Amino acid sequence: MKSIRNSKKAQPAISTAALPDIVFILLFFFMTVTTIKSETLLVDNNLPQANQVKKLEKKDRVIEIYVGRPNQDLAKVLGSEPRIQLNNKIAHINEVGPYVLQELAQKPDAIRNLVTVSLKIDKEVNVGVVSDIKEELRKVNLLKVNYTVFQGNSQVGKL
Amino acid sequence: MNRNRENPEVNAGSMADIAFLLLIFFLVTATIQTDVGLDRKLPPKETIPPPPVNERNIFRLSLNKNDELFVEDGIMELEDLKIAAMAFLDNGGVPKGNENHCGYCKGTGSPDASDNPVKAVISFNSDREASYGMYVSVQDALTAAYNELRNRESQRLYGKNYVDMEESYYSDDMSHEEKMALQREIETIRDMFPMKLSEAETISKLN
Repeated sequence: MKSIRNSKKAQPAISTAALPDIVFILLFFFMTVTTIKSETLLVDNNLPQANQVKKLEKKDRVIEIYVGRPNQDLAKVLGSEPRIQLNNKIAHINEVGPYVLQELAQKPDAIRNLVTVSLKIDKEVNVGVVSDIKEELRKVNLLKVNYTVFQGNSQVGKL
Repeated sequence: MNRNRENPEVNAGSMADIAFLLLIFFLVTATIQTDVGLDRKLPPKETIPPPPVNERNIFRLSLNKNDELFVEDGIMELEDLKIAAMAFLDNGGVPKGNENHCGYCKGTGSPDASDNPVKAVISFNSDREASYGMYVSVQDALTAAYNELRNRESQRLYGKNYVDMEESYYSDDMSHEEKMALQREIETIRDMFPMKLSEAETISKLN
């Protein structure tokens, strides 16, 4: 009060009381839209790049399979051969079919034939492992697959 | 005296700072991750062997264990694959007047490439030792070839890109009628250039 009376030139301070509210709204927005990774990766997962991609829209219609070399901590135990990771544990190729069917059984009836298998495979893995997985998927008649990649110009695997 | 009567106000000035810190923390740690990738449909386990295809309608690709790409009978660089695949698909080898003539093809009509995009098959064999990165790059180049041809035809027929049509089909903001119309257009284009990608051994018909 005093200052205002004293100098007409000085402008009243802008109230910043609403600023925390705005920031909190932003915070809640980000908290809700972002997805926190639910699975811990046990294998290296450096996906290849491609640019003719389509989005994998709905998370609930996707079953994920990870393949890659075991990460540094596990490499001592498992060696450096590529391994398959299903739902937080390292699995054998024979377990792919039962795992996928079990995941499928948990989905609601209406979307069961829309389910896509997302293959998240490290770019240094050999194609042989991938075709084994595809063969397992064919056996259980799950035919929609998605080679999940990073978007970008495909850099050929010149190592 | 004056000061005692008023309730001391809690200083809320630093609240904004705290909230900002939280906000920045979430911005940094969280990634808005929508997965993208190449969609493929695996062939079902069937007992009936596929019908034999004319050799000229097969585009043979193979990847050896050193990640080298072989097209038909020679080594090819990955950058050239898209053009080669497009030339093969868009060839339109059947002459005018024949029932299999491809009216919309703009290719050279070479006797070594496909009769008609509807009949053309791309056969892709990959060595088990080849790297998955290279495998995906080849798949990407083939998808690019199909997309470019499909875009060309949908531009001609409907004045829009095939890729955009597909994208707007999957986003839900349109009425049922519009969606059905779009679906028909997409199917028309897909029938013009059906994606026939075989990873099994493709047997050719002996002439």
